[in-house]
Amino acid sequence: MSMASVETPVWAHRTPRNRLMLWAGWLACVALFVWCWERMTQRTIWAFVWDAPNAAADIGSRAFPPRWSYMERLWAPLWDTLNIATLGTLLGIAMAVPLAFLAASNTTPSRLILRPIALFVIVATRSINSLIWALLLVSILGPGILAGILAIALRSIGFIGKLLYEAIEETDIRQVEAITATGASQGQILTYGIVPQVLPSFYGISVFRWDINIRESAILGLVGAGGIGAQLNSSLNMLAWPQVMLIILVILGTVVVSEWVSAKVRHAII
Amino acid sequence: MSTAYPTTWRKPPQMIQSRGWRIALALGAIVYLFLAIGTIEVNWARVIAGMERAQRFVAGFLQPDFTTRWRDISNGLMESLTMTFTSTVVGVAISIPIGVGAARNVAPRAVYLVCRAIIAVSRALQEIIVAIFFVALFGFGAFAGFLTLTFATIGFIGKLLAEDIEDIDEAQAEAIRATGASWIQLINYAIQPQVMPRLIGLSLYRLDINFRESAVIGIVGAGGIGAALNTSLSRYEYDSAGAILLIIIAIVMMAEYSSGYLRKWVK
Repeated sequence: MSMASVETPVWAHRTPRNRLMLWAGWLACVALFVWCWERMTQRTIWAFVWDAPNAAADIGSRAFPPRWSYMERLWAPLWDTLNIATLGTLLGIAMAVPLAFLAASNTTPSRLILRPIALFVIVATRSINSLIWALLLVSILGPGILAGILAIALRSIGFIGKLLYEAIEETDIRQVEAITATGASQGQILTYGIVPQVLPSFYGISVFRWDINIRESAILGLVGAGGIGAQLNSSLNMLAWPQVMLIILVILGTVVVSEWVSAKVRHAII
Repeated sequence: MSTAYPTTWRKPPQMIQSRGWRIALALGAIVYLFLAIGTIEVNWARVIAGMERAQRFVAGFLQPDFTTRWRDISNGLMESLTMTFTSTVVGVAISIPIGVGAARNVAPRAVYLVCRAIIAVSRALQEIIVAIFFVALFGFGAFAGFLTLTFATIGFIGKLLAEDIEDIDEAQAEAIRATGASWIQLINYAIQPQVMPRLIGLSLYRLDINFRESAVIGIVGAGGIGAALNTSLSRYEYDSAGAILLIIIAIVMMAEYSSGYLRKWVK
C-alpha cells in the first residue's frame, strides 16, 4: 500500500489556459497603449511641455488677485447664461417628450417606421456636444443667445428623450391594463395610465438636465453663443488673467449653486 | 335611503398638493418667461442671410465630402482616438489609488479628505476650461487634450469607484480581516473582486465619454477631430464639416453599442 506517488494538487485561482489568455490580453493592452502614445506625441513640442511649470507660475502670478471690480460687468452675461440654460431646457423638453412617446416600445404608434426614426434622432442629437451645435448655429444664425438656446435645446433632446423613453418602457403594465379595462380611449390610457407613473422621473430628468445645461451654457460664449463665456473669451484674447480668474470663480459658484438646487429638487420629488 | 355618490372624478394633482403654491409657481414661471424671452435679441436680417448657409449646411450633411480634406480629417481622427485611449488608461490608473483613498471604510480620515478634495476639483471644472489652461501651459496639440481628458477621468472614475467601495458587502472584508490579513491583502482579496466588474464597466463608459469630449476640446486648440471641425467651419466648408460630424456620430454610436455589449459580457 504505497501512496508515495500521489501528488497533492496545488490550488490556483485560474487554469493555465486562462492565465495565458489574461496575460496575452494585458500584453495587447500595453502594446496598444505604447503605440497610441507614440502616435499622439508625434507632433508634441516637448520644449513647451518642459517649460510648463514656469508658464504655470507666470500665469498664476498674473492671475492673482482676481479683478473683483470687473464683477459689475458680469451680472448681465450671468443672467443671459441662466436664460440660455432655462429656455434651452424648456425647448428641449417640448421636443423630447413627443419623441420619447414615439420611441418607447409600449406607446409608439408604429414600430416599424416612427420608432427607428425617433431612436435615430435621439442618438444623433445626443452624440453631438452642445458646443459643436453652437458652433454650427452661430455660423447660421449669427452670434447671440438665440444660437445658445437652440444649441442647448438640441443637445437636451437626446438626453431627456433617452431617459424618458426608458422610464416609459419601465411603467407597470397592470395599471395600464386596469385603465384599458374601463374602456378608456388611447388618450385616456396615456393620461391616466402612463403619465402619472413617469411624471416623477420626468421632473427629475428635467431638473438634472437643467443643472448640466447651466454648466454647458457657461462656456457656449467661447464660440459666440452669448452668456458669460463671451466675456471669458474676450478676457482670454486680451490675456487679462485677473478677469479670467474672476470669471472662472463665478462659473464655479454658479455650477455649485445649480447643483445644490437640482439635488434639493430631486430629493423633494423622489 | 340612497346615498348621493359623486358621478364625476377629477385626477388629484400629483406633485404639489397646495392650490396656493401651484398658482404662485405658475405665475412665477410666466413672469420669468416674459423677462427671459425679452432678453433674446434677434437680428432678423442676419438670420435671413444665414438661411442660405443653413441650406448649404444641410446639403453638405446629405452629401458629405470625405475626400478633399481627408488628410486633416484622418489626422484629427487619429489624434482623437489615440488621445481617448491613452487618457482613459492613465486616468483610470491614477484614479484607482484616489478612489480607494476616497472610500471612507478603507482609508484613514486625512487621506479621505485629500482624495475627496482632488475629486471635487476635477469634477467642478468643465473640460473646456481645463483645456484652455492646459493649452496655455503645454502648447497647442494633442498632449494638452490628453492631459485634459486624464484630469476629467480622475474625478469621474474616482468618485464612482469610491462610492462602489463604500457599498461593498462588509461580511467579506470582515472574513479577510479575521485571517489577520494586512491592508494590502484586504484590498486585494476583499475589495478588488467585488468592485472589479463595475470598474471595467465604468472605464469603458469613460472611454466613450472621452471620445465625445475629444471632439469638443479641439475647438480651443487641444488637438483632435474638433480642431479639424473648427477649421472646416471657419472656412465655410460645410461638406467637410458634414463628413466630420457624420464620422463623430458613427463612432459614438459604435462605441455606445459595443461598450453596452461589453459591459453586459463583463457582468
